[in-house]
Amino acid sequence: MILDATILFQIAGIGIIVAMIHTILKQMGKEEIAHFATLVGFIIVLAIVINGLSDLFQKIKSLFLFQG
Amino acid sequence: MEIVQLVVIGMIASILYLILQEFGAPIGFLIILVSSILIFSVVIKHINGVFQLIHYLGERASIEGMYIETILKIIGIAYITELGSSLTKDAGLSSIATKIELAGKIFILVISIPIITALLEAIINFLPVN
Repeated sequence: MILDATILFQIAGIGIIVAMIHTILKQMGKEEIAHFATLVGFIIVLAIVINGLSDLFQKIKSLFLFQG
Repeated sequence: MEIVQLVVIGMIASILYLILQEFGAPIGFLIILVSSILIFSVVIKHINGVFQLIHYLGERASIEGMYIETILKIIGIAYITELGSSLTKDAGLSSIATKIELAGKIFILVISIPIITALLEAIINFLPVN
């Protein structure tokens, strides 16, 4: 995960695809489903990001002698 | 030359952020978060070496471990606070960012209370108090 820009491209790709789905569903007149699609895409990306964030916080804790 | 890679990662992140801003805002924010995590976790590996040097020097100079530990904790709090406050500021919530910074300052003060007390006691011991 360290020094690996693929995760950035992954997130950008998911974002673009979700935006396209959102636009298509909106054009079809299904606003609620479009919003749900955006929400689900956001949650998927959030799950990826949270892993990295907890990893980083664990590293900071162990490095800076935080007990807990 | 890791710095070149880091700079390139930052540039890629900003380009992707600009592209994503056209479509939807929330995922663009996650791009900022991921790029800061990437850069931070690279930097942290090197900080580890510096801290080992600081520990070694402190041991050689026979400084009490508590003081160095407190300083490292303060640096850690400053790093986390800066990360959080700049992310919040990027999301456009500068008032919350200010509160996060305030919380960081207060926690630093709380952690440094033992050192301040020791300093004050040393000064009081010097003074000829009746």
